[in-house]
Amino acid sequence: MGILEVENLTLELGGKRVLDGLTIDFWEGHIHALIGPNGAGKSTFASAIMGLAGYRHIGGDIRFEGESIKGLSVDERARLGLTLAWQEPARYQGLGVRQFIQAGAKDKSLDAVKKALRLVDLDPATYMYRAVDRTLSGGERKRVELASILAMDPKVVMMDEPDSGIDVAALDHIFAALKRLKGKGTTVILITHSQTVLEQADHGFLICSGKLVDKGSVDKIAHYIKDKCIPCGHKNEPELGEVP
Amino acid sequence: MSSDTLVQELLASAGINPRHVLADDVARLEVHGNQVVGSHLVPGLRVDVDERDDGIAAQIRVEEGVRIPKPVHICFGLLPEKGLQHIVLDIRIEEKASASVLAHCTFPNAVDVTHKMDAEITVEPGATYNYFERHVHGQDGGVLVVPKAHVVLHEGARYKTEFELIKGRVGQIDIDYATECEANSVLEMVARIGGRGNDRIIIRETGHLKGEYARAVLQSSIALREEASAEVYNTLTASANGATGHVDCKEIVQGHGLAKAVPVVEVNHPGAHVTHEAAIGSVDSRQLETLLSRGLSEDDAVDLIIEGLLT
Repeated sequence: MGILEVENLTLELGGKRVLDGLTIDFWEGHIHALIGPNGAGKSTFASAIMGLAGYRHIGGDIRFEGESIKGLSVDERARLGLTLAWQEPARYQGLGVRQFIQAGAKDKSLDAVKKALRLVDLDPATYMYRAVDRTLSGGERKRVELASILAMDPKVVMMDEPDSGIDVAALDHIFAALKRLKGKGTTVILITHSQTVLEQADHGFLICSGKLVDKGSVDKIAHYIKDKCIPCGHKNEPELGEVP
Repeated sequence: MSSDTLVQELLASAGINPRHVLADDVARLEVHGNQVVGSHLVPGLRVDVDERDDGIAAQIRVEEGVRIPKPVHICFGLLPEKGLQHIVLDIRIEEKASASVLAHCTFPNAVDVTHKMDAEITVEPGATYNYFERHVHGQDGGVLVVPKAHVVLHEGARYKTEFELIKGRVGQIDIDYATECEANSVLEMVARIGGRGNDRIIIRETGHLKGEYARAVLQSSIALREEASAEVYNTLTASANGATGHVDCKEIVQGHGLAKAVPVVEVNHPGAHVTHEAAIGSVDSRQLETLLSRGLSEDDAVDLIIEGLLT
């Protein structure tokens, strides 16, 4: 049994079926990658799992540690230990990095905040009293968000495009943080179409047009990226229909 | 009640540790109603106060070239439930002088209190004046605050004013500040106010960049809950070469709050440049969902976002 089980998940948005009968088990303590072309439904999947507004009228079921969380709100799901890191983290006028990290942290002490910042290679003396606003670069906000997740210490974290908008050096720190999460037994779900990010995972799931097309080892899934999804027959242009 | 006791009571109601302001090297002035209950001056600072029936009139001078190292602390307040306090200020920061003022206005028990201020402020050439005013009100909203100021910034002068009212109920506030900026002067006006219940907020701030390379920023951050309302009229006029300015108004509206922002920018010189930005709406959904996904309740998440906006 996985820590997070998705069974026959369907979702329609604007009359179009964007998630189409997805059934996936995510195993505890593993790093999973969800890959697929743009528009495949990867981010929609994460939004539905988190229960965000506009993504709640789903078919099928989502179980967390064996219990359905379909009827739970976002914060209730988060308090069970499920969270999401956005592709483009939010900016907050005036809200300090320290307050932002403390907000969801298990240990709200200053030492814990400093530790979380150091884990993503941000100097606490420099960053703790800055605001999570436009004065931080996209890469810095991404790392601050990851620091907040490390401080939260969730059981399952979904990371949407963790390499988006950051440089190579910063990406190394994010990958190091991923290993730390895994070392603590956290289940990580990476949402990506990057070969580099996929290689951090233990397993891969290929989604196309809201359907699960393939799953297996990273090597097995990687060739879909290398070959630009040609083997699945969709030629990287997701359309509804039967998966070959 | 003795003057010393009133000073202690005023400071306590504003949440100030007396040790921080009752020091020999900190200039201060405490006014309860129409009575000066405490004062202490430092070299280079002159304060002449005239007690009147409904308040006080004070003439404040920072002498030429004097830099007052520690912020001057001013506390205006009224402890009874009802009353009027009218403050008339004539402030002049003389040439190349520098001073900062930390002002607390406290009306913790107000049911029917009016606090009016009429200020004439002159910042002479090369002088700097920073004024931070924090209001501390009770939970009944029975306060009418009407501060008016006319400010003249001479060449190369710098003036920053911050108005903060985020503790307790606003009641009704009607701010009216107008500033004239000569060449190379710098103006920054900031207002941060959180309203709830039937609080009513009106802000009128104008800046006229008359001199070359004068600069100004007018910034208002307002959070409204329940039935509170706000009208913000920020006007910035640039009439000289190199004059630049920005008007920024952000208002978060929750519940049945009503917000209105009218930024006016006027440029009548081809070498001047003024921009504006106004955003009114409920809490940003991405901000909210991020905090929810960290386990905060919706109320706590909204509080945190508003706290950030008003900080």
